[in-house]
Amino acid sequence: MSSVPASAFLALALILFCIGLYGALTKRNTVIVLISIELMLNAVNINLVTFSKYGLNPSITGQVFTLFAMAVGAAEAAVGLAILMSVYRNKKTVHIDEMDEMKN
Amino acid sequence: MTFSGEFFASMVLALVAIIGGVLLLNLNKVVHMVVALIFTFVSIAGIYILLSAEFVAAVQVLIYSGAVTIIMLFGIMLTKPYDESEEPTGKWRKIILAIGIVGFAFAVYLGIYNFDIPQVQTVLHENNTMQIGKAIYSKFIIPFEFVSVLLLVALIGAIVLAKREDKEGEKE
Repeated sequence: MSSVPASAFLALALILFCIGLYGALTKRNTVIVLISIELMLNAVNINLVTFSKYGLNPSITGQVFTLFAMAVGAAEAAVGLAILMSVYRNKKTVHIDEMDEMKN
Repeated sequence: MTFSGEFFASMVLALVAIIGGVLLLNLNKVVHMVVALIFTFVSIAGIYILLSAEFVAAVQVLIYSGAVTIIMLFGIMLTKPYDESEEPTGKWRKIILAIGIVGFAFAVYLGIYNFDIPQVQTVLHENNTMQIGKAIYSKFIIPFEFVSVLLLVALIGAIVLAKREDKEGEKE
């Protein structure tokens, strides 16, 4: 039995998710936007692990799903960085408001 | 709620994680933001240990505070964010976004603040890695293979996207 309530971990995950959401929507540098998305993924992973311990029927499944989410997140970071490199080579900018080739 | 060591550790880890996130939003230099986020990732690993997920904590330290942070630092250093000026799209957008996100947080918090279901004694902390291995290689074998295909596709895709495309220009 644990002395920390499950809602504490859920609240931590909520705060981290909101920080990541705010960063992803306001920051101008594309790398920071990508890393904010990673922060949101981490918040979701905290939720999964919390419910794998404190859920109605606790099991290892939540932790396995966390591992899968981490694999997907790492792949997403690598592909996002590659796209950023490609854009930077063609446009010489990393600012997300100047990447508007698909606008017109 | 008693003030046990577990309570204290979880509060300290949560505080460090949130401070890292706030520093990510407020620091000026991009490299400093990424370094601030390392604190968040490491303390999230500590949170995983408190939630009896040791293997996930080790993977968190290896993948996030190791690989993802380094790849982001490489991304920053290879792209030279020379112009660190303030965002031209005024303050009103930020304020409206902040209000919306606070509203979202409040709505979710209403759902979780008195989340209370009976705790069941778990055996997640005994041979944690062995349990995960058994689950992956028996119950989740198909998703596991799909993850390997996904990583292969991401690897090839990243190489193809980041490769220089001026080979024809050099020959002429």
